[in-house]
Amino acid sequence: MKKYLAFFRIRFINGLQYRAAAYAGMATQFAWGFMEILVYTVFHDTAPAAFPMEMGQLTSYIWLRQALLGLFMSWYYDRELLDMITSGNVAYEMCRPADIYTMWFAKNLATRCSRAALRCVPIFLVAGFLPGRFRLYPPAGAGALAMFCVSVTAGVLITVGLSMFVYATAFYTVSPLGMRIVAVNIIEFMSGGIIPLPFFPDGVFRVMRLLPFAATESTPFLIYSGALRGGDAGAAVALQFMWLVLITAGGKLYLDSSLRRLVIQGG
Amino acid sequence: MRLYIKFLLMHLKSAMEYKASFALTVLGQFMTSFSAFLGIYFMFGRFGAVGDYSFEETLICYAAVLFAYSAAECFFRGFDAFESVISNGEFDRAMVRPRPVMLLVLCSRAEFARFGRLMQAVVIFAYAIPASDIGWTADRIFTLIMMCAGGTALFAGLFIVRASVCFFTVEGLEFMNIFTDGGRELGTYPLDIYGQPVLRFYTYVIPLACVQYYPLSYITARTGRFWYALLPLAGFVFLVPCFALWRIGVRHYKSTGS
Repeated sequence: MKKYLAFFRIRFINGLQYRAAAYAGMATQFAWGFMEILVYTVFHDTAPAAFPMEMGQLTSYIWLRQALLGLFMSWYYDRELLDMITSGNVAYEMCRPADIYTMWFAKNLATRCSRAALRCVPIFLVAGFLPGRFRLYPPAGAGALAMFCVSVTAGVLITVGLSMFVYATAFYTVSPLGMRIVAVNIIEFMSGGIIPLPFFPDGVFRVMRLLPFAATESTPFLIYSGALRGGDAGAAVALQFMWLVLITAGGKLYLDSSLRRLVIQGG
Repeated sequence: MRLYIKFLLMHLKSAMEYKASFALTVLGQFMTSFSAFLGIYFMFGRFGAVGDYSFEETLICYAAVLFAYSAAECFFRGFDAFESVISNGEFDRAMVRPRPVMLLVLCSRAEFARFGRLMQAVVIFAYAIPASDIGWTADRIFTLIMMCAGGTALFAGLFIVRASVCFFTVEGLEFMNIFTDGGRELGTYPLDIYGQPVLRFYTYVIPLACVQYYPLSYITARTGRFWYALLPLAGFVFLVPCFALWRIGVRHYKSTGS
C-alpha cells in the first residue's frame, strides 16, 4: 500500500507544477460556466414547466462540473502510459515489484486530483459570490454535503476505473487514437457532459441513471443541489459502490489478461 | 496556390497510409459532433423551441457554424497546433525558405480526419434545409453559402490569432479556447438569445454574429434587409487585424535555438 501512496504523491506534486495552465484553464471554465447558464436560462424562459429541476439546482450543477472538471474529465489519458504500451516499454513496468493495475490507477487518480485541487477553490469562491442567477448555491443541507463527499469519491474512482479499460484495450491496437475518441465520447455523453442527464427524455433517463456512467459525475452533482435526495440519493450512492466494485474488479481481470497475452519483441 | 494544393495532396496521401486508423478517427470525429447534435435534439424534444427559434432553424445555424469551424480546422491546422512548431524550432526552417512564411505554416499540416465533422454538418444541412419551412429562393441559398464561407474565414482568423499569441507565450494558451471552441459552442444557437451584451461582443469584437445571427435572420425572414446577407464578409475583414497581429508576432520572434 505504501508504494502506491508514494506513486500517488509523486504524481500529485508533479501535477501541482502547472500553475499557468491552471489559471488559463480557470478563465476558460468561467467562460464555459457563464455560457451554459445563459443557454439553460433561455430554455427555462421558453418553457419553464418542462424544466426537470430548479434553475438554481442546475446553476450549482454547472459550477460544480466546471470546478471539479479535473476530477471527471473524460478526455484525460496519460500519454506516458499509452506510449509505453505502443512502444513496448511496458516491459520495464512489468519488471517492477508492484501491481500494474494499482500503480496506474494511483497515477491517474493523482493527476486528476492535482488538477482539481489547483482549480476548484477559486472557482468555488468566485461562483459562490456571483450575483443573481449565476450564483453557486451552498449544498442543500449538512446531510446532502456529507453524502456529496462520499459520492464524489466513489465517482472519481469509477471514472479512473473506466479509463483503465481503455488502457487495457490499447494493448490490442497499434494506434489507439480512434478507439480512444470513441470511448471518450460515449463516456462523456452518457455521464451527462453534453447535457445533464435529467434533461434526457424521461424513459432514456430512467435507464441512463442506472448505468456506471451516471455514477461518475451526475450522481454527486445532483445530490449536492438536492435534485436527488432522501432514499433516492441513498440508493444512487449504493449503486455507485456496486459499480465501483464491479468496474475495478473487471478492469483488473481485463488488464491482467491483456498483460498475460502480451508478447514483446526483444531488442 | 499550386504549392498549397500540392501540399494538401501530400497530406492526404500520408493520412491514407493508415486507412483503418484514419477511418476510426473520422468516425470518432463524427461521433463527437453527433453527441452534441443528440444533446440539441433532446433539448428541443423537451422544450420545443429556444427563444422564438424552432428546431430546424437552430439546426441550420448550428450546421453553418460547425461547417465553418471544421473547415477552418481542417485546412488551417498548421496554426491550430502552432505551439509545437515554435517550441521544437521548426519555425526557423520556415523562416529561411524562399516562400512566404504564412504559406509554409499553412502548408505544414492539414487534418483530413476533421472531415468527420464536416460530413456531419452536411448531413444536418441535408435534413434541416428541406424540413424547415423556409422558402429557399436564390438569395437565401446565397446567404447560407456566405455564412459558411465567412464563418470559415472567421475561425481561420481566430486560429491565426492563437498562433500569433504563441510568439509571446506558449503557456496558458487554453484561454484562447474561449473564443475558438467557445465560439463554436455559443454558435450552436442564434446569438441573440444570450442577450444584448453577448450579441454586441460577438458583433463588434469578434464578428461571429455577422456570419451567424444577422444572415440567419435574413434567411428566416425575420428581417427584410438584404445587406444582412452580406454581413458574413465581416469574417474576411476580420482576417486583416489577424494578419497584422501575425506580422507583429513574427517580428517579435526569437528562436528557441534548438
